[in-house]
Amino acid sequence: MLEWLIDPLTYGFMQRGLMASLIVGILCSVIGCYVVLRSMAFLGDALAHAILPGVAIAYLLGGNLLIGALIAAILVALGIGFFSNQGALREDTAIGILFAAALSLGVVLISSIKTYAVDLTHILFGNILGVSVADLWLTGILSLVVLGTIFLLYKEFLVITFDPVLAATMRLPAQLLRNLMLILLSFTVVVSLQTVGVGLVVAMLVTPGATAYLLTRRLPSMMLVSAGFGIISSLAGLYFSYYANVASGAAIVLTATAIFLLVFMIAPQRGVIWQHVRSGRSLS
Amino acid sequence: MFKKKSTQQLTVKSLTHVEPARLELEHVTVGYNGAPALKDVSLQIPHGARVAVVGPNGAGKSTLFKALVGLLPIQKGHILVHGLPLGDHQDCVAYVPQREEVDWRFPATVQDVVLMGRFGQLGWFKRPTERDRQLAAQSLEQMGIVHLANTAIGDLSGGQQQRVFLARALAQQPHILLMDEPFTGVDAATQEITLSLLEQLEVQQVTILVSTHDLKLAAERFKQVLLLNRRLISYGTPEEVFTPMSLNQAFGGKILFLPGGGVVVDECCPPEETIL
Repeated sequence: MLEWLIDPLTYGFMQRGLMASLIVGILCSVIGCYVVLRSMAFLGDALAHAILPGVAIAYLLGGNLLIGALIAAILVALGIGFFSNQGALREDTAIGILFAAALSLGVVLISSIKTYAVDLTHILFGNILGVSVADLWLTGILSLVVLGTIFLLYKEFLVITFDPVLAATMRLPAQLLRNLMLILLSFTVVVSLQTVGVGLVVAMLVTPGATAYLLTRRLPSMMLVSAGFGIISSLAGLYFSYYANVASGAAIVLTATAIFLLVFMIAPQRGVIWQHVRSGRSLS
Repeated sequence: MFKKKSTQQLTVKSLTHVEPARLELEHVTVGYNGAPALKDVSLQIPHGARVAVVGPNGAGKSTLFKALVGLLPIQKGHILVHGLPLGDHQDCVAYVPQREEVDWRFPATVQDVVLMGRFGQLGWFKRPTERDRQLAAQSLEQMGIVHLANTAIGDLSGGQQQRVFLARALAQQPHILLMDEPFTGVDAATQEITLSLLEQLEVQQVTILVSTHDLKLAAERFKQVLLLNRRLISYGTPEEVFTPMSLNQAFGGKILFLPGGGVVVDECCPPEETIL
């Protein structure tokens, strides 16, 4: 059994892949709690796809893909804020426009590259076994920044999420905090690029958080439980992909989904079975 | 101009020690780009007044409150608290929202919500101190919900939900308390505890504005009434405000004057106002 666990780790690329997927698992699940509570799933998905042109330009220029992605993500995040703040458009409309435009620009740029199909697949679905030491450093630093900010501004983010009116009476700069949240989300999406790819980031943002939501009654415990599910999904998914020889990002997401479905059925209070039993009892 | 401002501030600063909260509106117009939801409202509410805000649906009651907390842009005019523009004071105003406006599925306990009332006085990055927790605990006790401290807000009854937000408002130690429809859909016990709390706060000279559809309650339990219908119709004691003429202006055809002095308003438990 132990051998079964240790065996893959004799490879350097597996060690780095494991580290990266653990960090991403924790990071996505923690900020994912806000994504779930603030109904930002569409925004997260859009941000993920919108980094494509940044990646493509960085690739064409021979720069670091993550930094290209980061710049694109921040530009799009602020762009969404700009278009929807004018009051003329609803936010989801602004997101839809920018998201599709950025994705198209990315595809146009990438299709000019010879190894088009392979590169696009890596970006869309992740390439966890290709994580370099430099990537790992950048991943670690960005993750610390995001988690540190969420910890320091816990009270502020809690209030603007739960009660915007209280935030207004406290004179909190709601717009600034919102933009900050978007930037943190951009960092997260970029970091996740390597493990699950832009196509599946939204699953890592939403699924562990939603699972934890079914089991907990307070935001701090929701974040902890969510991080736990993120870790389990990343580990189990990665080993599964190693032994079954399937795509790692998809394996991680499917593991997270399996946990979600299980909890959705059996969770106390909010689970399907519990509610069924309770409604049956109240009838009799 | 600068000089004028500084002298004004000086007089006001000295006033604040004597006078807890005076609320002044000068030709205030509130709303988005389209038609204003409230137009040209001017009034002075002395400190420690307890005011019922009444008017038909869409009269701008919630709009007034949201303007007072700085949530809606003021198109014209000024709102002054202690003689200073809105925004000069932090934590001066507490707002008890309509229960429909709260996301009861949010993962938070009663204690979490009440403790949020202290956040305004903490400043950036700071965590609640022991004293903040004590104040929150006192507020819970005052509202009779200590036993619910660790209950998830999603598991509360309507009356309990109301008390949680009252406790939070208490924990804020406000100078001005705004309550949006606190008597709609709550049990009699919660209504009474709410009213006795208002009386208690009046002693502490907290200025209180309560919006309600219950004209009888407004007349019997409040000393001041503010009658709105997209503009200020009347402000004064219930006797001064509830005249056939003012009620007609506010409620129009929805009102019926019965022989013998009775009044019927065809609008008691309406759908919630659609407020921005």
